[in-house]
Amino acid sequence: MHSVDFWSMTFVFMLAAFVGFDVIRSVSRLLHTPLMSLTNAISAIAVVGSIIIAGEQKTTLSTVLGTIAVAASVTNIVSGFLITDRMLKMFRQPGSGR
Amino acid sequence: MIENLTSAAYLAAGALFIFALRWMSHPKTARRGVFAGVLGMTAAVGGTLLHPEIVGFEWIALAVVIGTAIGIPLSRVALTAVPQRTAISHAFGGLAAGLVGTAKYILWMPEGELTPFRTGAISLEVILGFLTFTGSLMAAGKLQEWIPTRPITYRGQNVINLGMLGVALLAAVVLVIDPTQWFLFPLLVILSLLFGVMLILPIGGADMPTVISLLNSYAGLAAVAMGYVLENKVLIIAGALDGASGLILSIIMCRAMNRSFSNVLFGAFGQVAGGPATAAEAKPVKSATAQDVAELLELAREVVVVPGYGLAVAQAQHRAFELYEQLTKRGIRCRFAIHPVAGRMPGHMNVLLAEANVPYDALVEMDDINPDLGQVDVAIVVGANDVVNPAARHDKSSPIYGMPIIDVDKCKTVIANKRTMNPGFAGIDNELYTADNTLMLFGDAKAALGDVVKALAGESGMGH
Repeated sequence: MHSVDFWSMTFVFMLAAFVGFDVIRSVSRLLHTPLMSLTNAISAIAVVGSIIIAGEQKTTLSTVLGTIAVAASVTNIVSGFLITDRMLKMFRQPGSGR
Repeated sequence: MIENLTSAAYLAAGALFIFALRWMSHPKTARRGVFAGVLGMTAAVGGTLLHPEIVGFEWIALAVVIGTAIGIPLSRVALTAVPQRTAISHAFGGLAAGLVGTAKYILWMPEGELTPFRTGAISLEVILGFLTFTGSLMAAGKLQEWIPTRPITYRGQNVINLGMLGVALLAAVVLVIDPTQWFLFPLLVILSLLFGVMLILPIGGADMPTVISLLNSYAGLAAVAMGYVLENKVLIIAGALDGASGLILSIIMCRAMNRSFSNVLFGAFGQVAGGPATAAEAKPVKSATAQDVAELLELAREVVVVPGYGLAVAQAQHRAFELYEQLTKRGIRCRFAIHPVAGRMPGHMNVLLAEANVPYDALVEMDDINPDLGQVDVAIVVGANDVVNPAARHDKSSPIYGMPIIDVDKCKTVIANKRTMNPGFAGIDNELYTADNTLMLFGDAKAALGDVVKALAGESGMGH
């Protein structure tokens, strides 16, 4: 059973890696700094794992570890999306006034 | 039912994340990308909160409050501090992965649920997560200059570092074979934390753009490993996207500095010896005043500004924009030539100039502008040194030989701004300064550019 899961997860990983290389390669070089803060926020999807550990409250230790992990991930989500948008707003379109 | 709903939310999140990155291909659509990302994250978190195993929300709520309280100020830092902020968020990403792995080990061990596959995935997650955590904190410290930015090296460094990683991997293998050897787990954690510190110690401040990109990739891979542990495919997708992004950016940075990728992976690249600072033979330099420069610019049709990080250090971005404005007003084409390592992280200089109002079509990458430089009348080099040093093209003895540069020496006239003629930070002579078509504009970048702008504005005032 587990070997089936392993292989299906690895297929997902392989496909996502190919999609990732392809999509990232087409990202404008102008935007590499915002790109990094955006991928930062996106990879904070780790929050889903942390939420379950903090919420299932099985042992004190695991709850504490889970809570710290949720806090760390939420920090990345909040600051990552906000700063990406803040930077992107600065990219003024050619010809537009202010 | 709820399980299906959660899975559907994860599926939507995965698709939205791909769209988010897709829309980053152009500044026009990029903000839509952020929106897609937020939507995807909301879907994924919403789907997770439906999870029946969650018995209480108080700890989650507390963590969300703390995370938001830290996250908002972190998103408002000065743009010059964005590299540090980025490094800190890699650290948080790594920490989250490491902690979730640790919690899973603690939960599964007594229940006898640690299959070899799970233990292997947890070990990888913990190693990657914790080394990214301390490594990124070190990188942030170096960027903020809390830690000395010079490379810290000692004999046998690579052997010790690789030895530590080797022992950690060995501990992981033993754990996979026999997960009840629990004392190996704290050892694994400590070694990974230590390894992260040791990995960054020998790396100099100038190499931080590559390091940040590489740590970005590690943080992504840690999320992938977490996906394997939790059997959660959206984690694998998001982690793979992040890992791919970091890897591509670090390859671009490596190429821009002419370093090999394996060199970076072993963290030994700070050791590249700065060439002996040969005393500059007293070749005469020609200097110019702001007035001279303004007159030259008035006669030009094509001007290129080459900014380096010195421009940002001198806070001269707004003067550079005023210069751009003065020139475009007169119908003179003015563009900025951006070297990939002009800032402290990939794309950093673009953001710094965009903040100063320079429109993005005036920001041109090195590879796109180099073929045009023969037709350019005046190039102005501000706060950049190595990235315009022609020695990189022909002088095999130069430490920067082979590094791709912006070929400003091919422009008709070069104005180089520098405080004094002292050899630069790296101690490498720059023959550009003594070339026949180069004029030196001495002074602080902000003041010097300001004077040129003033001279230009004054002339136009008189002319009309």
